[in-house]
Amino acid sequence: MTVETKQQYNDEYISRFSSSRNEPEWMKELRQQALSQSESLDMPKPDKTGIKNWDFDTYVHEVEGEKISSLESLPASVAALIDADNAPNLYIQRNNSATYLALNEKWSEQGVIFTDIFTALQQHGDLLKRFYMKDAVNIDEDRLTALHTALMNGGVFVYVPKNVVVDEPLQTIFWQEDDKVASFNHILIVAEANSAVTYVENSISHNADQATFANAVTEVIAADNANVSYGAVDNYAAGTTVYAKRRGVAYRDARIDWAIGQMNDGNTISEHITHLIGDNSGSEAKSVVVGRGKQIQNFTTNIVHFGKNSVGSILSHGVMKDQASSVFNGIGKIEHGASKSDATQETRVLMLSQGARGDANPILLIDEDDVVAGHAASVGRVDPLQLYYLMSRGITKHEAERLIIHGFLAPVVNQLPIETVKNQLTQVIEGKVN
Amino acid sequence: MAGSVLEIKDLHVSIEDKEILKGVNLTIKSGEFHAVMGPNGTGKSTLASAIMGHPKYEVTSGSITLDGEDVLEMEVDERARAGLFLAMQYPSEISGVTNSDFLRSSINARREEGDEIPLMKFIKEMDEAMDFLEMDKNMAQRYLNEGFSGGEKKRNEILQLLMMKAEIGILDEIDSGLDIDALKVVAKGINKLRDENFGCLIITHYQRLLNYIEPDFVHVMMQGRVVKSGGSELSKRLEAEGYDWIKQELNIQDETINA
Repeated sequence: MTVETKQQYNDEYISRFSSSRNEPEWMKELRQQALSQSESLDMPKPDKTGIKNWDFDTYVHEVEGEKISSLESLPASVAALIDADNAPNLYIQRNNSATYLALNEKWSEQGVIFTDIFTALQQHGDLLKRFYMKDAVNIDEDRLTALHTALMNGGVFVYVPKNVVVDEPLQTIFWQEDDKVASFNHILIVAEANSAVTYVENSISHNADQATFANAVTEVIAADNANVSYGAVDNYAAGTTVYAKRRGVAYRDARIDWAIGQMNDGNTISEHITHLIGDNSGSEAKSVVVGRGKQIQNFTTNIVHFGKNSVGSILSHGVMKDQASSVFNGIGKIEHGASKSDATQETRVLMLSQGARGDANPILLIDEDDVVAGHAASVGRVDPLQLYYLMSRGITKHEAERLIIHGFLAPVVNQLPIETVKNQLTQVIEGKVN
Repeated sequence: MAGSVLEIKDLHVSIEDKEILKGVNLTIKSGEFHAVMGPNGTGKSTLASAIMGHPKYEVTSGSITLDGEDVLEMEVDERARAGLFLAMQYPSEISGVTNSDFLRSSINARREEGDEIPLMKFIKEMDEAMDFLEMDKNMAQRYLNEGFSGGEKKRNEILQLLMMKAEIGILDEIDSGLDIDALKVVAKGINKLRDENFGCLIITHYQRLLNYIEPDFVHVMMQGRVVKSGGSELSKRLEAEGYDWIKQELNIQDETINA
């Protein structure tokens, strides 16, 4: 951390920021404690990726966003994410301001909470306190995580009470309209016993040259027999350095399924861990990546099995072009006692240019005998025989490559439950690989 | 179009510097069904792959023309758009691309931009062709060849052949691994195409398929060449007597390309 940042976003600043948002006292104290811890903590150490020269310090912490009067007034890049005629559950955060919020009454009547993190802190402080940086992510994991806690400046809280099944997706858009604004978004999703919810998130910015920082933490808690389906498309522009931490905790018979499109254009560290705590819990963690330019990225997807008969599967597909380089770590860990568990993973990297680099590291760590585990990993070019087959039907080489690449990234695209978000991701992929 | 002519002259083909075809001559015209037969390892499939432009096969000399145009100068996709279709023995599996999206792209590849097949018309044609080939409708939405059984892959190749309206079809061991019912369905699909605008080259080493698709011409390949040609009576004699009499007649000890 530079001296400048230290001076600018110090204890006094944080205390003032917290007060201005009318946060409960515990939150202010948590921030201050985290700031002081951050000074002695180490930076994260992503495997095989050096981050010494990355810029984690250039950003503006708080920028207001104008209210959104109607969805029609949104610029095309944001509007394209929304089905304006059918968006009953939608939160739009513009810079650091909660500027649009809708939740179908039928859910609020059943006690579902879907609101920005600051409103949640004011109105549901005690509930938040039970889960915020408790069971999923710890403040002191590394310096950036502590800094996230100290400087959290946006995000969303989703709470689904016992036995409530929300059968419409909840959609969030983090729109970093200002080129300098940092995103310290905190996403907290709590699904109580026997509940179900589908959440879909888009992060978007346009700062191709201006440096800034995104340091987001997502925590998903699925209580007994709860079912959380989480979809996200991260689409920060080249100027944004990204540290994204996503963590799930699944209790007995619970499921957390992830589908993540990692479409950032800047340097990115993504750490994604799911703890299968309860017996019979399960998780599917799917992610797709397109790397281009001189981008350096590091992706870790980890499912840790504690519960018996827990089932985890990881799928990571990456497309690398230009001079982009990425490390993909897939980790299936079965703890002692998690008998009859099943851990599988598949990591595949498609290289489109000579100068691109991709590293696929499948890792199985198993401390139990009676389990099933498997992994597949590959790094390679577009299969010439696949190209030949498609071209033998008259399809041009360019179009054949396009079909193969879209097919390769389809596992995440197809899983996103909102048509507009799906289409938008397809277009982002199109724009990046062409 | 009045009809097409695919002309193969003195074709020599190598794979990884090993010569496999050693001077093949063959002419296929619209309206004609040709069968190329021969034991394993005599170069039959290499001929099919070389015509289509498989990346592993290198044509070292000779020529292939379609209506006078130099096929060897064309990229694989240009060959297809010129009217050639190869039903492959081992079609690739392509994850994430649905069979129906692939079919539509293939059909549109042969049409002008702005003249793409209307979606409804496409769906209707596909449904009809799938019914005709007794294919499960859900195969349209499955990923291309992924998890298809051997028989499903073959039917799917014929589905493409039916829908793509090629001038010259080449079938590379379309009968291998098929049970008798599937074989009949595949033959039914191919026979449906028989008219004066369609020529076909059927590569097989079993007479069995030719019980259902009567060829006009039969060619026997050995040692990387066509060593004998005749009418459908030739395939019947091969069925009854095997290949030994040809070897004796031509004084061939080892019929494979290793000879």
